[in-house]
Amino acid sequence: MSSVFNYTLASAREALRARKISAVELVDAHIDAIERLDDGLNSFITRTPEQARLAAKEADALLAKGEGGSLCGLPIGIKDLFATEGVRTTAASKILGNFVPPYESTVTANLKRDGAISLGKLNLDEFAMGSTNLTSAFGGVENPWKRRDSDAKLVPGGSSGGSAAAVAAGLVLGATGTDTGGSIRQPAAFCGITGIKPTYGRCSRFGTIAFASSLDQAGPMARNLQDCAILLESMAGFDPKDSTSVNKPVPHYEAALGRGVKGLKVGIPKEYRIDGLPAEIEAIWQQGINWLKEAGAEVVDISLPHTKYGLPAYYIAALAEASSNLARYDGVRFGERVSGASLDALYEATRAAGFGDEVKRRILLGTYVLSSGYYDAYYLRAQKVRTLLQRDFLKAYETVDIILAPTAPSGAFAWDEKPTDPVQVYLNDVFTVPASMAGVPALSVPAGLDSRGVPLGLQLIGRFFDEEALLAAGSVLEKAASFTHRPTIHAGVSA
Amino acid sequence: MSAYRITGETGEWEVIVGLEVHAQIVSQSKLFSGASAEYGGEPNTHVSLVDAGFPGMLPVLNRECVAQAVRTGLGLRAQINLFSRFDRKNYFYADLPTGYQISQFEHPIVGKGTVEIELSDGEIRHIGVTRMHMEQDAGKSIHDQDPTRSFIDLNRAGVALMEIVSEPDIRSPEEAGAYIRKLRQILRYLGTCDGNMEEGSMRADVNVSVRREGEEGYRTRCEIKNVNSVRFVMQAIEVEAQRQVDIWESGGEIDQETRLFDHVKGETRSLRTKEDAHDYRYFPEPDLLPLVIEQSWVDELKAALPELPEDKRARLEKEYGVSRYESGVLTAEQSVADFYETVARGADARLATNWILGDFFAALNRTGRTIEDSPVSAESLRELLSLISDSTINGKIAKEVLEDMVETGEKASVIVDRKGLRQVTDTGAIEAAINDILAANADKVAEYKSGKDKLFGFFVGQTMKAMKGKANPAMVNELLKKLLVS
Repeated sequence: MSSVFNYTLASAREALRARKISAVELVDAHIDAIERLDDGLNSFITRTPEQARLAAKEADALLAKGEGGSLCGLPIGIKDLFATEGVRTTAASKILGNFVPPYESTVTANLKRDGAISLGKLNLDEFAMGSTNLTSAFGGVENPWKRRDSDAKLVPGGSSGGSAAAVAAGLVLGATGTDTGGSIRQPAAFCGITGIKPTYGRCSRFGTIAFASSLDQAGPMARNLQDCAILLESMAGFDPKDSTSVNKPVPHYEAALGRGVKGLKVGIPKEYRIDGLPAEIEAIWQQGINWLKEAGAEVVDISLPHTKYGLPAYYIAALAEASSNLARYDGVRFGERVSGASLDALYEATRAAGFGDEVKRRILLGTYVLSSGYYDAYYLRAQKVRTLLQRDFLKAYETVDIILAPTAPSGAFAWDEKPTDPVQVYLNDVFTVPASMAGVPALSVPAGLDSRGVPLGLQLIGRFFDEEALLAAGSVLEKAASFTHRPTIHAGVSA
Repeated sequence: MSAYRITGETGEWEVIVGLEVHAQIVSQSKLFSGASAEYGGEPNTHVSLVDAGFPGMLPVLNRECVAQAVRTGLGLRAQINLFSRFDRKNYFYADLPTGYQISQFEHPIVGKGTVEIELSDGEIRHIGVTRMHMEQDAGKSIHDQDPTRSFIDLNRAGVALMEIVSEPDIRSPEEAGAYIRKLRQILRYLGTCDGNMEEGSMRADVNVSVRREGEEGYRTRCEIKNVNSVRFVMQAIEVEAQRQVDIWESGGEIDQETRLFDHVKGETRSLRTKEDAHDYRYFPEPDLLPLVIEQSWVDELKAALPELPEDKRARLEKEYGVSRYESGVLTAEQSVADFYETVARGADARLATNWILGDFFAALNRTGRTIEDSPVSAESLRELLSLISDSTINGKIAKEVLEDMVETGEKASVIVDRKGLRQVTDTGAIEAAINDILAANADKVAEYKSGKDKLFGFFVGQTMKAMKGKANPAMVNELLKKLLVS
C-alpha cells in the first residue's frame, strides 16, 4: 500500500504508462486515503469518488491502447473556486448554497482534456479571502504537519489551504490553486510542497470564481517542481473567453527543469529584510543564496524601493475589486436566498446570512475605498503604487534574471495562535503581494524545517512569462534542499 | 424666429436643456456575450451565463458593437478616441445581475461632435455633442403580473447601448424634438440604431433648468429619466420648465433631483433627491483590457460610411433641382431617398418629385403602406412617368393608372394597353370630336365669339369628355383655338 503513496505525479504517470499500476488502483488508493484521513484534515469540501472511479476505468481503457493525454489517470484535487460542471462549487461560502454550475472552468477543462481525474473539490478560505483557511464556511483545514513538541492543530495557510494540505498528506498527486496575493505560495510553504503562481494572464480565469480580477491567477500545487511543470503545461494557454489571458504559446515546462543556473543573476531585494524577521527565516534565505551560488549563479543585492507600500496598496486594490465582484451574490438568480419584505430587505438578509465575517469585512473596506470622495485618496493611489511596484521589478530585471526571497515571514502557526487583529493576519502576505501586484510569476519550494519541525519555503520571482527560469532555478534549490520529509499525517504512514 | 420664453409674473424665463440619449446598437449579439440582441422573444430566452452574472463568467467585447459606435461617432462628426476604457458602475438592482453595469465613464470612445438641426421656420442650429460612450443595458423588472412578486426578464440585459450626451445647447421643446429626430435620422442612415422608440431602442434622459432672460450661468437642473417618445420629451420640458419657473418666482429653490414624466397627468414627479442619489463607485473594469483601436480601422469604417442626411439633401437639391423643403421630405428616411433616386435618375426629375410627394405618397397613406412594402416599385413608377413624358398617356389618365397599379400590382404599360388608355394624337379624330361639340353648342360658340373667353375651358372639358380623357391636351387646345375662330 505505502508504495502507491511514494509516487509523485511524474512517477505515477510512468507507472501508469508502463502498466505497473492501473488508474483504478491508483484512484482507489487515494479515495481510500481521503476516507481514512480527511474527516480530520477537512481538506475536501466535496468528494467525488464515483465520478473518479468511472473516469479511472475510462483512463485504463485508453492507457491499455497506449493512448490518453499527458495526465491520463492521475488523481488530482480542484480548489473549490473553479466551476466544475455538474459538481457543487461553493467558494467555501454559504452564499452559494448548493450551487452546481452547468459549466466548467477553462483551467479544469484543460486538465480534464489531458486525462486528469478529480477526486473532489478542495477547501479554501471563503472566496479565497484569507491566509489561514480558517474563514471557510465548511470549517478550517488542518495542516498535516505538526510541531515536534506539540499536537496543536496548525493552519495550512491560505487561501489554497485545502489544496496544500491534500497534496502534502498524499491524498492527491497534485491540485489546482489560485493566487491573488500569495494564496498558492504561502500555503505551499506552510505545507512543505511546491506551488507556482504563473504570470497574470498565463492561465484563463474563465469559470474561476473571482476575488480580485486584476490579480487572480490559477496555478499548480504539487509535491515537486516537475509535477508542477506538468500540471502548468496543461492548465496554461490563451482563452478567447478571458480577455485578460495572453496569446502566447505554452512552453514545454518540464524541459526547463534541468537547465541549471550557471551564469544566472539572482537578485536579493534589501527591502525584504524587514524588521522583526525571524532568524530562522533569515537563515533559510541565506541557505538559498548559498545553494544558488554553489550551482554557479551570480547573486547580487538589489532594491525594490516601493515594497513597503505593496501590502496596503494590495489590500485597497484587491478589496475594491472584490466588493464589486461579490455584488452578484444577491439571492436573486442562484445560491442561497433569505426572503425579505422588499428587494433591499432580501439583499440584506441574504448577504448577512450568506457571507462570513472576513468576507463582509473586505466588502466593507472595498466599498469604502471606492466611495465618492475617497476614490482618489485610496483606489487611485493604490493603482499608482501598483505601477511603481511593477517598475521596481522591471528595473531590477535589467540587472538580474530572477529574485530570491522568503515565501512567508514564518512557518505554519497553530489555529489558536491566529492573531485576533485582522491586519496582523494580512502581514502574512508581505513577501508574496509585490509579485501579484506586478503580475510577474513566482513560485515557492520547500527548503527545510524550522526548529520545531515545520516546513519553510523559499520564493523565486521571475520576469513576465519566464516561468521557465523559475523552474530552472527552483529545481536547483529543490535538489540542494533534498526535502524528503513527510508530514505527521500522511497517506503513506500507517496510523 | 422669436425665442422660446416662459412668461412668469416677474418676467421672461429661458429654458436650458441637455439630453442624454440612449440608443441601442444594431448588432447580432450583445455587447459582451454571444446571446442574441434581438428584441422580443419569450422572457429569459436571450440570456447567456455571462448576462446572468454567473460565478466565474467574464465579458468579451463584441467587435461589431465597437465598429457601430465608431460609425456613429463619425456620423456625429465627432472625435474618435483611439484609446477608451470600460468602467464598472456599481449599484444593486434585481434586473442588474452582476451588481454593476459595464460602461465607459472616464474615457469614452467618442468625444466632442455636433448635430445640425433645422427648425420649422428654416432656422439652422448646431447642438454640441459632449461625448458618446458604449455601455450595457440592464434587464427588465416586471411588477404588474403578481400582487406580491416581481419578475425579471434578462433578454435585454447586456444589450449594447450608446449614450449620446449633448451640451446644454437646447433652448426649447421644439429644438429638443428636432435634435432627437435628427439624431434618430442619422443613426438610422448609419444603420447603427433602428431608432424604434416604442420598443425602447431609443430613450432619453432630459436635463432641464431655467434662467431669467439675459442671466449668465446656469441654475440648478433636474433630470427627467427615461422618456421614450419625441412628443413626451417635448411635453416634459414644457411642464418641467413651467414648474421650475413657478418655484423660483414664488421664492423657492430647485432641488437637484431625478424626476419621472407622467404623460397621463402631464406632470413630472420626484424619483429621488440628491441625497438618495447612488454612489456608483466607478472604477476601471478589470475583466477587460483598455480598448485600443487603430486609426487605419477608423479610416476604413469612414470610407465605407453611407451618405449622411445633410450631404444627401444638398446633393438632391443640386442634382434634381428639388427645393429645400422637398429635399427635407425626400431624405427623412434613407429608403424614401433611395426610392426617389431610382425613379428620378434619368427621368424628368420635376415630374418624379411632384408625383412622389403627391399622388404616390397619397397612395401609400391610403393603403397604410410604407416605402419598404410599397405596392408599387420604384421601377414601376418610373415606367408610369415615362409614359407621361413620351405622351403615351396624359397626367389625368396617369392618376387612374396609378390607382390601378396599386390595386393590381400590374405594370403601367400593361394597364394602359388593357384599358386602351393610350392618348389620342390623331388630328382628324380630335377635329371630328370638336366639330361635333361646336355644332351641338352653337349658342355657346356665339357667346365665345362675342368675347366670353372663359368659355374656352368649357369646350376643352367637353372635348376631353367626348374623347374619354385620352386626347392629348395640348392638341385639343391648339385645335380648339383654330376651329373657334374659323
